[in-house]
Amino acid sequence: MSSSASQLPIIKRQKRRKLDDDTPWALLMLAPNIIGFLMFMVLPIFATLFFSFTEYDLIGTPKFVGLENYKTLLSDPIIGITLKNTLYFTVLTVPIGMVFALLLAVMLDQEIGMKRFYRGAYFLPSITSMVAVSIVWQWIFNPEFGLLNYVLSFFGIKGIAWLSSSSTSLISIAIVNIWKNVGYNMMLFLAGLQGISTSYYEASELDGANRWQQFRYVTLPMLSPTTFFIFIMSIISSFQVFDSVVLMTKGGPGRSSSVLVHYLYQNAFQYFSMGYACAIAYLLFFIVLLVTLFNMRFEKKIKEIF
Amino acid sequence: MTNITKSAFQIKRNTKRLIFRVLSHIILTLGAITMLMPFFWMLTTSFKDISEVFIMPPKWFGARLVWENYLQISSRFDYFAYFMNSIKVSVWVVFFQLLTSSMAGYVFARLNFIFKNQMFVLYLSTMMVPMHVIIIPNFIQMSFYGLVNTLWSLMIPPMVSAFGTFLMRQFFLTIPRDLDEAAKIDGCTPPGIFLRICLPMAGSTLATLAIFSFMGIWNDYFTPLIYISNAIHYTLPLGLASMKGMYATDWPVLMAATCVSILPVLIAFLVAQDAFVKGVMLSGLKE
Repeated sequence: MSSSASQLPIIKRQKRRKLDDDTPWALLMLAPNIIGFLMFMVLPIFATLFFSFTEYDLIGTPKFVGLENYKTLLSDPIIGITLKNTLYFTVLTVPIGMVFALLLAVMLDQEIGMKRFYRGAYFLPSITSMVAVSIVWQWIFNPEFGLLNYVLSFFGIKGIAWLSSSSTSLISIAIVNIWKNVGYNMMLFLAGLQGISTSYYEASELDGANRWQQFRYVTLPMLSPTTFFIFIMSIISSFQVFDSVVLMTKGGPGRSSSVLVHYLYQNAFQYFSMGYACAIAYLLFFIVLLVTLFNMRFEKKIKEIF
Repeated sequence: MTNITKSAFQIKRNTKRLIFRVLSHIILTLGAITMLMPFFWMLTTSFKDISEVFIMPPKWFGARLVWENYLQISSRFDYFAYFMNSIKVSVWVVFFQLLTSSMAGYVFARLNFIFKNQMFVLYLSTMMVPMHVIIIPNFIQMSFYGLVNTLWSLMIPPMVSAFGTFLMRQFFLTIPRDLDEAAKIDGCTPPGIFLRICLPMAGSTLATLAIFSFMGIWNDYFTPLIYISNAIHYTLPLGLASMKGMYATDWPVLMAATCVSILPVLIAFLVAQDAFVKGVMLSGLKE
């Protein structure tokens, strides 16, 4: 009794000393990381906010204009078009991509031959650069000599202009993005599936559940954290789509495939309206933040749906 | 009696499983063909003569293997220079990301210091920030230092990675604390413990991080597009994209250049498929 009472203050003192002891070492070892992190990550987040209240063309000095850029943002018809396109792209890619990825993961999550081959084949597009991917797909999409129209001609579908028509340009870009990302999401689903204990399946089997019932009442509910994570991440990344757009259509024809980041890029590095581009960047930031907050607020409710 | 029904039930179940497996193989194979077809098309086109490209119906293979396409990519373009620029940037960034991430990861996992948790939360929360939000001030910063249009603009900002720091911290948390407590009693300082005890155990996590950051830098198109306008500093993705702009019709040569550009990541993937898989799983644990 007396010994434990006398030990307590010693432990406390030791803890405090350890805390004091580590700080210099910690700062020393953390210094390179912290400096880089502050300079190229934290500072720019605030700098973008600052520049969004200015007019700046890179040559002169930034001129403070208050909320002018945000006023322009609200009345700019091109913002409306690019937001609509970005939303359309999200609706095209996220649900279809996720259904495919889940389907493939469920099929791979059994004792099945050639697992490594399948996994590798589906993952290959996601490790390839968008530049390489877009070059090949542009050739596949070629209306006259492309592979896709050739294959479709067997089904009686002819002469789709794909990237060069304003009605299909964004759909074509969506196809490439689904193709490229499905393997990555499949792997995430696979990790989630492997985390479900087999005892649930065994129990449901004893209760006479068939395969579909097992999928509906065991797999889907147990997988909902993974599903939800992929859902949120897919939405966030589809709002940032840029490479495939600028590489395959440059936003065209017209503005038919111009997305939010593409317009941001044009403003910053083609028109040199840095201030306005920063306001667009904060609009994007705001949307991503909204999706993330939505995630935290409604996580439970959405999980119940799945 | 019960035995008979049970085995009948089992047979039925096994048949159902077999059907599902066969069905899975059919669908997975069809899917795999869809996935690999563009790569196959890329490869066969790269060996065709240009006269065999603009024809309908398309030919799967050319009449002979036109190796010259591969020679042309370096004679007609600065392909070798692009390739070396990419190598230079990738090796530099991977090395420094491993260094800064492992040190910071160790500090966050092991040492006690002021504002530790607040700082770590700051690191985590920036992972959600889109890169497009920070690219403009970074560009302004780099042009202020006079580094725009040099490889330094691609090499300096990504030397630190929040994701890498997170990845390494998660790993160092799994090493039993007793080990460094013992070393501490023997008079080992934190950097000593880091170098002699923790780092040697981190091989596979370091490999995962190396592969992921290499892939990210090697495939990056957006950053060089913004910073680099002088063709001698082009990295491979930027160089390839510019080749497409200039010689949009010479598909065989363009495909040959594309094939070569994929090779390094492809080799890394084939050699270390498991590290890739591990990295994807870990990236799913971000939350």
